[in-house]
Amino acid sequence: MTRPGLKRLVHGVLAFGLVVTLSAVLSVAPKPALAVQPDEILQDSALEARARKISEDIRCLVCRNESIDASHADLARDLRLLVRERLVAGDSDSEVKDYLVERYGEYVLLTPRFTAANAFIWASGPALLLMGGLIGWLWLRRQGGQDRDARSVDAPLNPEEKEALDRMTHYRR
Amino acid sequence: MLVELGHFALILAFVVSLFQMTVPLIGAERGWQDWMRAAQPAALVQFALVGISFAILTQAFIASDFSVKLVADHSHSAKPLLYRITGVWGNHEGSLLLWVLILVLFGAMVAAFGRRLPLPLKSRALAVQAMIGTAFMAFTLFTSNPFVRLDPVPADGGDLNPLLQDPGLAFHPPFLYIGYVGLSMAFSFAVAALIEGRVDAAWARWVRPWTLAAWVALTLGITLGSYWAYYELGWGGWWFWDPVENASFMPWLVAAALLHSAVVVEKRASLKVWTILLAILAFSLSLVGTFIVRSGVITSVHAFATDPTRGVFILGILAIAVLGSLALFAWRAPSMRSEGVFQPVSREGALVYNNVVLAASAGMVFVGTLAPLFREYIDGTKISVGAPFFDLVFTPFMVILFLALPLGALMSWKRADFGKVVSRLWWAGAAALAIGGIVWGLQTGTALLAPVGLALAAWMVLGVVVELGERAGLPKADPLTALRRLARLPRAEWGKWLAHAGLAVTTAGIAAITAWEQERIVLAEPGEIIEVGSYGLRFDGVDEIPLGAPFLVAGCEVGQDAWLKGDEGRNFSTAMGRFTLLSDGEPVSTLCAEKRFYPVARTPTTEAAIDSNLWRDVYVVLGDKQVEGTAWTVRAYEKPLAIWIWWGAVIMSIGGLVSLTDGRYRVGAISKRRQAAPAGATAA
Repeated sequence: MTRPGLKRLVHGVLAFGLVVTLSAVLSVAPKPALAVQPDEILQDSALEARARKISEDIRCLVCRNESIDASHADLARDLRLLVRERLVAGDSDSEVKDYLVERYGEYVLLTPRFTAANAFIWASGPALLLMGGLIGWLWLRRQGGQDRDARSVDAPLNPEEKEALDRMTHYRR
Repeated sequence: MLVELGHFALILAFVVSLFQMTVPLIGAERGWQDWMRAAQPAALVQFALVGISFAILTQAFIASDFSVKLVADHSHSAKPLLYRITGVWGNHEGSLLLWVLILVLFGAMVAAFGRRLPLPLKSRALAVQAMIGTAFMAFTLFTSNPFVRLDPVPADGGDLNPLLQDPGLAFHPPFLYIGYVGLSMAFSFAVAALIEGRVDAAWARWVRPWTLAAWVALTLGITLGSYWAYYELGWGGWWFWDPVENASFMPWLVAAALLHSAVVVEKRASLKVWTILLAILAFSLSLVGTFIVRSGVITSVHAFATDPTRGVFILGILAIAVLGSLALFAWRAPSMRSEGVFQPVSREGALVYNNVVLAASAGMVFVGTLAPLFREYIDGTKISVGAPFFDLVFTPFMVILFLALPLGALMSWKRADFGKVVSRLWWAGAAALAIGGIVWGLQTGTALLAPVGLALAAWMVLGVVVELGERAGLPKADPLTALRRLARLPRAEWGKWLAHAGLAVTTAGIAAITAWEQERIVLAEPGEIIEVGSYGLRFDGVDEIPLGAPFLVAGCEVGQDAWLKGDEGRNFSTAMGRFTLLSDGEPVSTLCAEKRFYPVARTPTTEAAIDSNLWRDVYVVLGDKQVEGTAWTVRAYEKPLAIWIWWGAVIMSIGGLVSLTDGRYRVGAISKRRQAAPAGATAA
C-alpha cells in the first residue's frame, strides 16, 4: 500500500469514528413513551425523564422483545416502579442498571454491555464496513490500475462500444 | 372429499417438482433439447396443481369446514368473510402453502413469458426453482400438512388471533412472501449462471426485474407491517427491531444492494461475481428469515410456530441451499471475468460504495439479531439485543450512505471528475446545511437528530432536483422544451429519482417523529381537556357497546374497518372513547379510540384514534377505567411528520414500479423488433 493510500485509509477510519460519535449524540434525543401509567409518573420531571430513558433499555422479562417502558405486563410495571424507587433513593443511572442486572442477569438489558464477550456484537458493524471498504477499495485500485489510460468520457467510442450501444438502443422500444 | 383432493394435488405437485428439478438440468448438461423443454410444461402444471390445492384450502376456510384441523384451530363461523379468507395464511401451515403457491407462480411466469430466454439458462433456472419448491413442499407435506382431518368434528373453531383480524396485517404476509420468493428467482438465475459459467448483460436484464419486483413487494410488506404496528399495538411505535422485523429487513437491504449492482453488470459488464454473490445472499437471508419466523428459535411477537422438528427441517433446507450455492460459487466464480474497467471515482465506484455500506449494515443487523443465540451457545449467558442497540449502531450506516447518495447519482460511468460533481451540487449542499441550521435554531434543546436527519433528507431531494434540472436543460432551455425533455427520459431514470426522493421523505419522517414527539399520559374525567403539543383534546366520555349491539355512536365512524366488517359481522365488544380535537379552543375533528374485546379468543385489543395530516398525527389511545370513579387512562401524542415515514416508502415502491415498466425490463418484450437477436445474443 502506498503512503498516500494509508493516509486516506486513516482519514476514512477517523471519519467513521466521527459519524459513530455523532450518532451516539443523536440517539440521546428524547424518545416516545408508552405503557407508563399516570400514577407511576414522578413529580420531579428531570428524574422522570431519567426513569423513562432507563426503562427503554430494560427488557420486560415475561414479554417478547419489549422494553418495560412499552409493555403492559404487570412485571413491567413492577420494574418501572422499582427503577423510580432507586432513582428517588439517589442512585445514578448506571447504578440502577447494575442493580437490575444483579437481580435478573444481563438478559434484562436491551443494549448489550460493552464487554469482551460482547465485543463481536459491537465490533460487527464497523468491522464489516472496514473490511468491505478495504476489499472494495483495493479492488477499485487494481481496476483503476488496469485502466490508467482510460479515455475520458468525451472520447469517441471504439467500434466495439459503438456496436454494443447499437444493440442496447435497439432493445429500447 | 374435496379436502383430500387438495392434499392429493399437493402431493402430485411435489412429484412434478421432483421431475422439474432433475430432467431439465440433465438435459441442459447433455444438450438434449427435448429434456430442457420439459421444464416449461412442468412449471405450468405445478402451478395449476398447487393453485387447486390452495383454492380447496381456501374453500374449507370460507365454508368453515371444521372437520379440517387447521380450520378448526384458526377460524370461527362468526368471523367476517374477509378474515376467513385471510385466515388461510394467518397460521403456520397455510402460510407455508401460500409461500409455495407464490414460488410456483413465479416459476410459471418464467415458463410462460420467458420465451426469449436462452433455453439452457431457462431450464437450469427453472430446475433450481423446482429444487426450492421440492424442499418447501416436502416441508409442508411431512411436517406441516394443512389438510389433516379432525375426528370428532368440533362445533365451532378456535378463532384467528384478533391482532391478525385487521386489513393491515391480513395483507402483510402475502407481500412479504412475494418479496422473499421474488428473490428466489434471482437466486435461481444466479445458480443457473454459475452452472453455465456465464454472466452477461442479458442475464442482468433478466434478473433485475425480478429483484425489482421482489424489492417493491418487500418494501410494501414492511410498510404495511410497520403502519399496522403503529395504529394497532397502541403506543404508536412503528419499528421495534424485533427479530422477525429484522428477518424481512435484511433481505430488503441486500435486495437494494443487488438492484444497484445489477445495473453495473447490465451497463458496464462489471461486478459480475459480486452480483451473483448478492443474489445468493439475498435469498439465503430470506430463508434465514423464514427459519427465524417459522422455528420460533428467537421468541418474538410473531413466532406462532414453535416446534423443534420444523425448525430442524428448515435449518436443513437452509444449510443445503446456502452451503450448496456458496460451494458452487467458490468453485465457478473465479472463472468469470469482468470486462468493463473503471476508475475508483465513477458511477461504478459509487455503486460499489453503496453496496459495501448496504451489505455491511445488513451483516450488522444479522449479527445483532443472532447474537443472543451465539452468546448462549458460547458461554450459556442469556443476553438481549434490542432497539436501543440497533438505533445506535445502524444510524451511522445510513448517515454515510445518504451523504454520498446525491454525489454518486451524478457521477458519470467509467471515470468521473469529483470536483465537477461537487460544483454541480454545491447549492444543494448549502441549502441542506441551511435547513439543518434553521431547524437546529428553531427547536428547543440541542439534540442533533432532527437537524441532521432533515438536512440529509433535503440533501437527497435537492440532489434529485439538480439532476432533473440538468437533464431538462434548465435554466437555459425554455420551460416547454424542458418538460418535453423530461417526459422523454427513460422510465428507469424516473424510477431512480422517485425511489431516492421517497427515501428522503421517509428519513425526514423518522427524524421528526423521533426527535419532536409530544406525549401526555393522564387520568382524564369526561369533559376534561388534555393539552398535547399545540392542541387541546377534550375527552367526551366512553360508550360501552356489547357484542352484537348496533354499532352506532353519535359522531363516531364505525371503527377503521367498518367498511370491511359491516354491522352483522362484528365479533367483538368494545368501549369507545370519544374525543374532540381542539385547536385554539375551536373543534377540529372528532376522534374515537376503542378498547375491544374478542370473546372467542378471549383477547383485548386497542384501536388507536389517529387524526392524520401532512404535518402531524394526533394519536389517542384509550387505557383502562379507574376501579373507583369515572376517570379513564388516556395517552395522547402529537407526532410530527408521522405519515411521511410510510408515504416515503410508498413513493420508493412507486419508483420501483415505474422502473419496472421501462420497456427494456418488460418481461418478454425484449427485442420484439429484432427477432433475429434473442436476449442471449446481447452479450455474446
